[in-house]
Amino acid sequence: MNDFDLVRKNLFRRKLRASLMIVSILIAFMIFGVLAGFYRAFTAGEDAAAADRMITVNKINFTQPMPIAYFNRVKAVEGVRQVTFANWFGGYYQDPKNFIMALAIEPNTYFDVYRSEIDVPPEQLQAFIRDRGSAVVGETLAQKWGWKIGDRIPLNSNIFSQKSGGHTWDLTIVGIAKGKAQHVDTNFLLFQYPYFDETRSFGKDTIGWMILQTTSPENNDRVAKTIDAMFANSTAETSTDTEKAFGKAFAAQFGNIALIVLLVVGAAFVTILMIVGNTMALSIRERTREIGVLKTLGFSGPRILTMVLGESVLLALLGGIPGLAIAALIAMALRTSLANIAPAFAVSPTIALQGLALMIALGLITGIIPALNAMRLKIATALGRG
Amino acid sequence: MTAEHPMVRLTGVSKRFTKGKETISIFDHLDLAIPRGDFVAMMGPSGSGKTTLLNLLGGIDRVDAGEIAVADHRIDGLSEGELAAWRAANIGFIFQFYNLMPMLTAAQNVELPLLLTKLRSKERAERVHTALSVVGLADRVKHRPREMSGGQQQRVAIARAIVSDPNLLLCDEPTGDLDRQSADEILSILQLLNGELGKTIVMVTHDPAAANYAKRVLHLDKGRFVERELAA
Ligand SMILES: Nc1ncnc2c1ncn2[C@@H]1O[C@H](COP(=O)(O)OP(=O)(O)O)[C@@H](O)[C@H]1O
Ligand SMILES: [Mg+2]
Repeated sequence: MNDFDLVRKNLFRRKLRASLMIVSILIAFMIFGVLAGFYRAFTAGEDAAAADRMITVNKINFTQPMPIAYFNRVKAVEGVRQVTFANWFGGYYQDPKNFIMALAIEPNTYFDVYRSEIDVPPEQLQAFIRDRGSAVVGETLAQKWGWKIGDRIPLNSNIFSQKSGGHTWDLTIVGIAKGKAQHVDTNFLLFQYPYFDETRSFGKDTIGWMILQTTSPENNDRVAKTIDAMFANSTAETSTDTEKAFGKAFAAQFGNIALIVLLVVGAAFVTILMIVGNTMALSIRERTREIGVLKTLGFSGPRILTMVLGESVLLALLGGIPGLAIAALIAMALRTSLANIAPAFAVSPTIALQGLALMIALGLITGIIPALNAMRLKIATALGRG
Repeated sequence: MTAEHPMVRLTGVSKRFTKGKETISIFDHLDLAIPRGDFVAMMGPSGSGKTTLLNLLGGIDRVDAGEIAVADHRIDGLSEGELAAWRAANIGFIFQFYNLMPMLTAAQNVELPLLLTKLRSKERAERVHTALSVVGLADRVKHRPREMSGGQQQRVAIARAIVSDPNLLLCDEPTGDLDRQSADEILSILQLLNGELGKTIVMVTHDPAAANYAKRVLHLDKGRFVERELAA
């Protein structure tokens, strides 16, 4: 037997009471895990943004095009390591309701700029650069439609039409792109801009936006100013900003999700704090006499403080850890069905660590007052008369 | 030599309690010496300060003035932490209501004071077994308090008090809650601990029959001792 055995036996001396507390803590941490996972999924883009990546868009707004000539001029700016560009295609497959996140991209540079997130095997990339009518499909999208390398996909656009009249581009899948980290969304299709530009009926020689990588994040400001100054007073002025800032503006609309998460989790935890804190205080008070006996036997005040805190922390861990585990299972179960709206939905190691810290904090907060009382308890008072 | 070096020596001890505005003096300049190996029964009316005196001797309450030495070791100046460690090594307490932990078995209850020592679990198990054998409960190690009679629980409490081998046992009405037969068993065990193992025992009791087991009786009244030899 040791102190931990005593703590454990004390906690479970009233089994029903201990079980009820464990279940309520479990539910609170399950809510925490699921909501934190959701929140992370919605803000993943912001986290994923590389610090050295910037986006140049038309100053009017990011749906307005700019001349392709800008590409070579930006390439020459000092402090720019690599530039690429993309054009929105407005794609769908078979039926307009089957939206496809399709972009016409600069084939030689695009995967270089995104090399830290997207992985395409070298021979597939080569095939993509070689073949004008080819496409690279993200893993998630390929899985969704059961597409394989070699498949021919008729891709429709709700914006563009071919010079020959149709709205359909036939593309051959030559590569499958994998995300290099869990938060990377691979629900996309990428095909060659030169092929797209040559065959479309309008908008020739314009591009949607440029993505550039600086030699170092310290150069970001200077590079952005140089680029935007270069195109000032032209017909298409530009606005260059870090991908992070760009993503932030985009994620701002999810701000109220954060607030809701905070409110729900907060309410759950305040409730738990009161229930568990009160129950701990009650069960320590019931044991006043026994604490007096322990002290009589020679257990010191600090040692008794530690044992009471150990009991409340153990309680929080026994409820919290399974709660987080259940949240992780829920996230896994919902992952595929939520792949489109929240691809990064998961109880990440960071969330697990935050949860653990929260458990320990909950344990310490609910235990500290009874623990201090137990530490200070006078033996003669605890034993009473007799 | 025992007169020179008693087990317990109180010199000029004063103890007061304050309740609201009222201050009551329990002891005022009390002197007392208890020789090593003694078995003292302490009697006296309710509220005369018997429990308070045991608390002072055992280092769980403090004097307002005076000195207390146990085995030539002054305890009146020790800090709370020092007192706790001192109690663990030197004093065994036995209470009227046994005060066992309900969720622990007899053996685990007896093992409790040994958690404060550096003994390995094998040595601890041996000590627990020895202590339970002394009180005649070696066959009840796995029983929990609620599965035992009052007399058996008190024997477990005695085993707990002696497991770390202290020299001084302080008993506060140890038979106050027991029937005659159980009380006699408990008192015989105390007599054995005193006679065979040389433990010094101070036992508070209301029961003249219990006091008969002791070597001498101290009567406490109005904060003073009146010693009477036992009727032989
Ligand atoms: N913690 C305390 N606070 C105030 N008064 C106390 C306290 N402990 C004991 N007393 C008082 O001291 C007196 C002696 O008590 P006690 O030592 O328990 O007597 P006994 O054990 O002889 O019955 C009683 O009048 C009791 O009310
Ligand atoms: Mg008393």
